[in-house]
Amino acid sequence: MLAGRALKNIFRRPHYGDDIALQMDAIGVGSLPIVVMIGFFSGAVMALQMSRALSQYGQVGKTGTLVSLILVRELGPVLTAIMVAGRNSTGIASELGSMKVTEQIDAMRALGTDPIQKLVTPRVIATCVMLPLLTIIADFVGMVGGFIIAKFVLSIESRQYWTSVWRALEWNDVTQGLLKPLVFALIVSLMGCYHGLKTTGGTQGVGRSTTQAMVAATVLIFVLDLLITKVFVSQGGS
Amino acid sequence: MDGKARTAVLRFENVTVSFDGDVALRDISFAAYEGESRIILGAAGSGKTVLLKTAMGLTKPESGKVFVFGQDISTMSEKRLFDVRSKIGMLFQESALFDSLNIEENVAYPLLNQPSIHCPKAEVLPRVKQTLEFVELGGTLARFPSELSGGMRRRAAIARAVVTEPPLQMYDSPTAGLDPITAHTIMALLIKERDVSQATTLLVTHRYQDGNLMANFRYNSEQGALEPARNGAKQKSRTTFMVLKEGRLIFESDQDAIESSNDPYIGKFVKQRV
Repeated sequence: MLAGRALKNIFRRPHYGDDIALQMDAIGVGSLPIVVMIGFFSGAVMALQMSRALSQYGQVGKTGTLVSLILVRELGPVLTAIMVAGRNSTGIASELGSMKVTEQIDAMRALGTDPIQKLVTPRVIATCVMLPLLTIIADFVGMVGGFIIAKFVLSIESRQYWTSVWRALEWNDVTQGLLKPLVFALIVSLMGCYHGLKTTGGTQGVGRSTTQAMVAATVLIFVLDLLITKVFVSQGGS
Repeated sequence: MDGKARTAVLRFENVTVSFDGDVALRDISFAAYEGESRIILGAAGSGKTVLLKTAMGLTKPESGKVFVFGQDISTMSEKRLFDVRSKIGMLFQESALFDSLNIEENVAYPLLNQPSIHCPKAEVLPRVKQTLEFVELGGTLARFPSELSGGMRRRAAIARAVVTEPPLQMYDSPTAGLDPITAHTIMALLIKERDVSQATTLLVTHRYQDGNLMANFRYNSEQGALEPARNGAKQKSRTTFMVLKEGRLIFESDQDAIESSNDPYIGKFVKQRV
């Protein structure tokens, strides 16, 4: 948590553009396949499950509405964040942890660079840019997954599906759906960096801090998800 | 120590360092002057590495003061410390080369990133090449640290430590984990660097023979090899031995004194000498 505070001071100071680009590539492009897969299948599964519940009320046509609401508000941000936490919190923690135990962090300080500025800030910036983008992609692919189920299994007309998807969304949902990944991005990157940088105890310690980073990131994602949802639900009122 | 007028390059005043209650250094005081070589001996865990890290401001003393080039670094902010650190070259125990950078980028790192060293871009590559030539690693610029042997990594790390020509150089166990022949080459390199740059040198080691080499040999630039320094003209640079035991400084004097010491702990180091 202290790492978070230390970070904000440094947001303005000299940036390491190359490092940001490199991290964006690792976090964003690298996570793309898994995010697409997860998004697609969760969208499809949801369409199937929902159609069964909705059929009891004779409202199978509303499948699109539900898929899109749940994806944009909840599943898109949370699932993507958890995937990225699994890939990148752990990746960051083990990379920085290894650097810590082999004295590379000390060497960095000795050679005139602040490790927070050189290592932490680029990772945080890259995650904050990439996670919302990945979420949008996951949301969209999920809708396509739902659409395929709707069209070929539930035989809902494509225009009806897409209209209900589109109509379901309000500004409230969209802001919620974009605020969440931004907050989750901070969690994912900061937990990775924090646990990585406080690694002690050789290679064993690297393993330990990698696990801790993943656990802490995942738990915090769910806790903050509940908090943010609560704020939006009570605000949305309607 | 003659000349009170000279300010010490590095001075410790009653420095105590501890980590979560474990005391690593206990009330250490000493001063190193320009051109001097200091050999710091001690068993594993006696606080040798912590002493070097404290001298660089990487760890903060709990009490006491550390002066580097006359400036008190024990209370300095990290930002101002960068200025001080740019005058210190440090070789870390495990070399600590950056895995993600190749040898050229590793050696160029201090030139490009030390805020107080304004090295023109055009000069970086020649200086890197020259320093790598000096440590006899001329052809490895594009290789990555993981592709090099332990001895070569150590040499690249030495190159990185001295590329900025710092007036204070600290080496943390430069020969640890190397075979005797490679260890000797590394020591020869450090002595060469010392004699060429005339820098103040702190050498941390658990091998007495490293200290012995440092004290009694000098680099002959014509033959490109070490030769015994003639006794009468024992170089301008003086060599002092220090022994650490469980965080305490228990010995500080010259070589004759350490060899005649009756302390069994000190004796253990000296007897290794072959």
